[in-house]
Amino acid sequence: MTPAAFSTDLDNGILRLKAAGDWQARHLGAIDEALRDFEDDAVGRELIIDISGVGRLDTAGAMVLERVLRACSRRTQASRIVGGSEAHQTLIANVAPHVAPCEVEPARRNAFLMMVNRLGKGIVEGYYAALEILNFVGLTLTTFARVIREPSRLRVTSIFYHMEEAGVNAMPIVGLMSFMIGAVVAFMGAKILRLFNAEVFTVELVGISVLREFGVLLAAILVAGRSGSAFTAAIGAMKIREEIDAMKALGLDPVETLVIPRAIALILMMPVLTFMASILGVIGGGLVAATAMEISPAFFVGRLQETIALSNFWVGLIKAPFFAFVIAIIGCYQGMEVAGSSESLGQRTTLSVVQSLFIVIILDAFFAMFFLEIDY
Amino acid sequence: MNAREEDVPIIEVEGLRTQFGDNVIHDDLDLSVRRNEILGVVGGSGTGKSVLMRAIIGLKEPSAGIVRVFGEDFYSLGAEARLAVERRWGVLFQGGALFSSMTVAQNVMAPINEHLGLPPALAADIAAMKISMAGLPPDAGAKYPSELSGGMSKRAGLARALALDPEIVFLDEPTAGLDPIGAENFDRLIVSLKESLGLTVFMVTHDLDTLHATCDRVAVLAEKKVIAIGPLDEVRRSDHPWIREYFSGPRGRAALEAKKADASAPVGKV
Repeated sequence: MTPAAFSTDLDNGILRLKAAGDWQARHLGAIDEALRDFEDDAVGRELIIDISGVGRLDTAGAMVLERVLRACSRRTQASRIVGGSEAHQTLIANVAPHVAPCEVEPARRNAFLMMVNRLGKGIVEGYYAALEILNFVGLTLTTFARVIREPSRLRVTSIFYHMEEAGVNAMPIVGLMSFMIGAVVAFMGAKILRLFNAEVFTVELVGISVLREFGVLLAAILVAGRSGSAFTAAIGAMKIREEIDAMKALGLDPVETLVIPRAIALILMMPVLTFMASILGVIGGGLVAATAMEISPAFFVGRLQETIALSNFWVGLIKAPFFAFVIAIIGCYQGMEVAGSSESLGQRTTLSVVQSLFIVIILDAFFAMFFLEIDY
Repeated sequence: MNAREEDVPIIEVEGLRTQFGDNVIHDDLDLSVRRNEILGVVGGSGTGKSVLMRAIIGLKEPSAGIVRVFGEDFYSLGAEARLAVERRWGVLFQGGALFSSMTVAQNVMAPINEHLGLPPALAADIAAMKISMAGLPPDAGAKYPSELSGGMSKRAGLARALALDPEIVFLDEPTAGLDPIGAENFDRLIVSLKESLGLTVFMVTHDLDTLHATCDRVAVLAEKKVIAIGPLDEVRRSDHPWIREYFSGPRGRAALEAKKADASAPVGKV
């Protein structure tokens, strides 16, 4: 096996290109640039490409030979390929009609224009996406109202399935994360509060932060990552396989069959997850307090009861169903928006998690202001 | 290519057994494919036509038996030797299986870039040639798979299968889902590519017209084995009940008549 090579000479106006070696795709990379230079520079009355020295020839080799021939024939009066076996000549003849460049990618425009274009498009699309989500919320609520009036339309099996999938199965991870966060908060608090000789306030720090914020936020973050994305992927895959269209054609309402059970399941399970996260967070904090500081569990619980108003616990729990609704709605909405390709499915799944976390945190800020104003 | 290689079947399957759990698909199946022929594999739904193809191209490891491609026992090869064999064949999956995030031209360039490392301009030239060979217009190169019709997707898939100048092309139901005109054009394309590039074609199909129009030999899969193999006329005369029903049903007869009418039509018709 010898790599492809070629030599040229100009004699009496006759340009001669002698090809040698195996003209196969894998060898052509090395000589392609030189060949293109030759195509650009060739001048002569006649071009003769001699392929009698060519060993193996494949379609890529034939294509390159034909390309050289064509490029030069624009400037030379006559050009032809000579020599070579019958098989080689047939291959070149078979390939010749297909030698024509084509576009690899859609044409690109000016980079700056594209950037401005994308910015504008992003803003307009954001506006419409917000409207559409609002529309979807309305659709879900009206469907929900209809289903409530006719409870037989409630898909109980589906609700329980999603309660298990999104709620019960999330318990270990939510519990573990919350336990860790509670412990970390206690550690940080202990270290800094020790400077002021106020280590006992670790109890308040852990109690308020975990009950009011961390418990519910951790539950929301994990559910958005676990279940919101799963909703989008499942509904999106159904959309791609035309299952949603099939449902509509059969007179099944996709919102009623797919969205409502998921939303109800999450709304029911999120407070449970929040409750568990809060308790385990406090236990994590208490454990650190007992081991790293001299705060006994009995003292910890006692002080917790004395100083932490029950309202802190309720504030955390009240937020849970709202967050659940947001996550379920966005997860399902993004699933319904999947179109065509598997790439769109990936994009929508990412969007679903990012958007639901974004809205959950904004909502959390509003709740914080609200509870501050009403002094709860 | 030496004389010995010429005589050895390009694909040889011996005593193949494939199964999913307890469900045995093939049992003691033998099959050989000759160089430069178009072999059509037919059989009822669920007889494992596609599974046979997947067993040959290394996607479904058989539980017993030998698959020899280019004279080499494929499943006993090391990773590198396997790759070398894989580069010598091209596969067209049923739906085209184009990578949806790339344009058609980029799809065709993907195996070229991966295996040959050619300069981009040359790779693009080769891709353009394959796209044209597969019967697509030049403007198809810059399109994304989602913008293509079913027939165009298959042609694009074929262009990608041809990217590395394979010696064998595996086609899984190449004409399924195409309209009759599209299917006929595709049949002609396969025959012309086989002639011009010296391909060996292993084709799984349901399409009786395609069988008549393209295949040199036909293999019939039933009862976990190849129950008949040979030229179409020979296979059709078999008295196995499934074969009789398959070829003598109304569709089978219609395809046969179409073939006869085609043969008796004056040469040079449009």
